[in-house]
Amino acid sequence: MYFVCFFLKDNCREDGRGCEDYRHMEIETNVVSNTSGSARVRLANTDILVGVKAELGAPAPEKPDKGRLEFFVDCSANATPEFEGRGGEELATEISGMLNRAYDCPACLDLQKLCVIPNQQCWVLYIDILLLECGGNLFDAASIAVKAALYNTKIPTVTVSRDEGIMELEISDDPYDVQKIEVKLAPCIVTLSKIGHSHVVDASQKEESCCLARLMMGVTQNGTITALKKEGSGSLDPTSVEDMIEVGTGKRVGEALNKSLTTALEEEERQGTKSKTLGFLR
Amino acid sequence: MAGLELLSDQGFRIDGRRVHELRKIQCRLGVFSQADGSAYIEQGNTKVLAAIRGSKQKTLHDKVLVNCQYSMATFSTGERKRRPRGDRKSQEMTMHLRQTFDAAILTNLYPRSQIDIFVEVLQSDGGNYCASVNAATLALIDAGIPLKDYVCACSASFVNDSPIVDINYLEESSGKPEIIVATLPKSEQIVFLEMNSRLHEDNLSKVVDTAVKGCKDVYQILDTAVRDHVSQVATVHGWEN
Repeated sequence: MYFVCFFLKDNCREDGRGCEDYRHMEIETNVVSNTSGSARVRLANTDILVGVKAELGAPAPEKPDKGRLEFFVDCSANATPEFEGRGGEELATEISGMLNRAYDCPACLDLQKLCVIPNQQCWVLYIDILLLECGGNLFDAASIAVKAALYNTKIPTVTVSRDEGIMELEISDDPYDVQKIEVKLAPCIVTLSKIGHSHVVDASQKEESCCLARLMMGVTQNGTITALKKEGSGSLDPTSVEDMIEVGTGKRVGEALNKSLTTALEEEERQGTKSKTLGFLR
Repeated sequence: MAGLELLSDQGFRIDGRRVHELRKIQCRLGVFSQADGSAYIEQGNTKVLAAIRGSKQKTLHDKVLVNCQYSMATFSTGERKRRPRGDRKSQEMTMHLRQTFDAAILTNLYPRSQIDIFVEVLQSDGGNYCASVNAATLALIDAGIPLKDYVCACSASFVNDSPIVDINYLEESSGKPEIIVATLPKSEQIVFLEMNSRLHEDNLSKVVDTAVKGCKDVYQILDTAVRDHVSQVATVHGWEN
C-alpha cells in the first residue's frame, strides 16, 4: 500500500497510468439477439453484459405520462465463488440503487416518448446487468454498459386505435419499424478513489483494496451531476469533496468519458452489419 | 399452429436443417482470466458460459466434492425471467449437471477438495442442458482437471416417423417427445438420459441411437476446438514440439 501511495504523488500508478487514465476498454453492442438491446463492456478484467427488454406495462402512479426503467443486477458466480446462490445480493442492490438514482433525473432520458396511453400503458424497459468478472471499478463499467445497451435498444412502434371506446394497441412486427432512445444526456458513473492524499479514476482491484474512501458521481455529457454517493470506511474532508467534483477530476473525466463513448457507439453503428458480432468468441 | 411444420415433405426442419444435422457450434476456451478454467459455447442461438474454480469449502475425505450452479440470465429467454436461479427448474438442472460430472471426473485424485462448476446461460434457444454440459466439459479441460473422457450431450426427437437431432426451442415446445443424452463418446457409455412426453417403445432405440450419434459429432467439434486452443497456447508460451 505504501508503494501505491508513494508513487501517486508523482502521478504514476502501479501499471504506469496517470491519475485520470482509464484502462483498456472494449465495448460491443447487439450481443444477445432476443433482447431489444444489449451491450458487453470489458474494462481490463471487469466483464459486464447488459440486456434491455422492452415490455408494455402500467406506468408509475406518480408519473402517469412517462415510461419506466427497471434496473436489475445479477452477480454471476463466474466472477467469484462468493456470489454463489444469494451471495452477491448486497453488491447487486448497491449497483442497482446507484443506477436508479443516476437515471432518476428528468433531463437524462426523454421518458415521455415511452408513453403509449397516459395512465394506462407505457413501455417499461427492464435493464438487466450481468456481472461476469470482477476486476475493479464495477460501477463505472456497469453504467457504461447500460448507456451502450440503451443506445442499441430498438422499441417497436405502437399504433393506438380507438374501437367503440376500447383502446386497441397494435405492435409493429417490422424489424425496421422501430424507434430508438435518445441517450445523449444519459449519465455515466465516475468513481474517484482516495488513496493517500490523491484521488484516482478507475481503480484496479489492488488499488480498491487500499483506498480509504470512494466518491461515485453520475455525470452527463454536458457536466451535469445527477447522483452522488460516498462509500468506504474512511472520511472525506468537505473541501476535498468539492475539489474532486468541481475543480478537479470528476466533471472533466465524466464529460470526456461520455463524449468518447458516444463517438465509439456512433462509429460502431456506422459500420452496421459489415462487422460480425463476435461476443465472447474473440 | 397451422402452417408451422416441424418437418416438411422435402425433409427440411423449421430452421432449414436436415434431420441429422446439428446446429452450428462455435466455442472458445479460456474466456476469463480469474477463473481456473472457463469456456464459452454457441450452439445455434443458445449461448452458454462455464467457469471452474477449485476451493476447499466443504470436503469429503476420499474424493473430490463436485459443486454445480446453473443460472440463466434474466434476458436469456423470450419472456423475461424474474429470478436467474433458485427456482425449481434451475435446481433440477444443477442436480443433473452434478450427477453427470461426478461420473466423468476422476474424483479419487483430489480428496478433501472441491471443484465448483458455474454455468451461466446467456441466450436460451433449446438444448440448454446439452450446451451447459458441453461448455462445462471444455471448461474442465481448460482448467486441467483429469476426466475419464469428454462428456458430450445431445438431444433428439421423433417427428413424422423420423428421428431428428439437436432440437431448438420451437421443436422442444411443440409437444413432441424429447430425449436428452450425455455420453462418454469413446466408450459410448451413457452418463445421463432423460425423456419427456410420449414415445412408442418401438421407436426408442432409433431415437437414442440418433442422439448418441449426435454426441459423437459434437465430440469431433469439441476435440478440434481443444486441439486448436492448446496449439495456440503452446505457440504463445514457446513450448517445444
